[in-house]
Amino acid sequence: MAQTFGDFVALLEGDGEYLKIGFHPSSIPLQQRWRNNGLSADFLADYLSTFFPGEDLASAERQSQIKDAVGYIANELLENCMKYSHASRQHLVSIEMFLEPGAITLYTSNGIAPARIEPFQKFIQRLLTEDIDALYTEQLERNAEADADDGGSASGMGFLTMLSDYGVKIAWSFSTPSQPGNEVAVTTMVRMPL
Amino acid sequence: MDITHQDYQVQYDEAAATVRCSGSFRLHGDEYKPVLDLLGLAADAKPATLTLDVRELQFLNSSGINTLSKFILQVRKHNVSQVVVQGSARFPWQEKSLKNLQRLLPALQLDIV
Repeated sequence: MAQTFGDFVALLEGDGEYLKIGFHPSSIPLQQRWRNNGLSADFLADYLSTFFPGEDLASAERQSQIKDAVGYIANELLENCMKYSHASRQHLVSIEMFLEPGAITLYTSNGIAPARIEPFQKFIQRLLTEDIDALYTEQLERNAEADADDGGSASGMGFLTMLSDYGVKIAWSFSTPSQPGNEVAVTTMVRMPL
Repeated sequence: MDITHQDYQVQYDEAAATVRCSGSFRLHGDEYKPVLDLLGLAADAKPATLTLDVRELQFLNSSGINTLSKFILQVRKHNVSQVVVQGSARFPWQEKSLKNLQRLLPALQLDIV
């Protein structure tokens, strides 16, 4: 049994068209991995835009909006995977994109360090229950006032901008290890209505 | 005073009290420090009007949003400069996310053309 937060919808092969990219988080240095985030996110966004041909001005505008949103969201999800994935070899990092008539759904999956599970789930509860605009401003102020500039690695601003600016639904699923000592994997779902 | 990278550029035009950012900001962690330092220099000069021109900034990740927010809060702390942010509707993220800077500084003037 997995533990889910939010309205998690597990799409499977057959639920529309999909694209999946998987890689091992520790196989290349962080700098290179970081560059791969942008490459993978841009690839997903470019690939998707072929389904929305911009033949007239209105559809060109729509294509541009969708491409921009997918590029931003995919990049943020991958950055989170890189920052937070546990350095063991049990789980690959993957990103999947499903295209259905009414929605685009992105999933990322990565292993998570045991010590990070509880604080992350607490933050998820805040995202799901509190006023997003107020939380957004609170986090911005908190991050900006922080002495240590860690680039917002603990900031949650990625999720907050997705919710506040892109009108998406986000949900999470934490796997339950089948044996003690096995690593927990977290799958993050971002669903963008079309 | 400029930062020039193959993916992004930051120019500080001291005479015009303007910082121009262009390219794609996908940096992580303290990679943003030089950018923040340059923005801080512009804020600390305390001009009457301080312009942040991001019309050619194609992409900004959430760490970059944090960085711009720190800059805005620094200006707010000095409480002497009117901030003008110039954006472009060519990049959809700008209309979505730049307005959030006004939450930190309601007097901020946002011009998206």
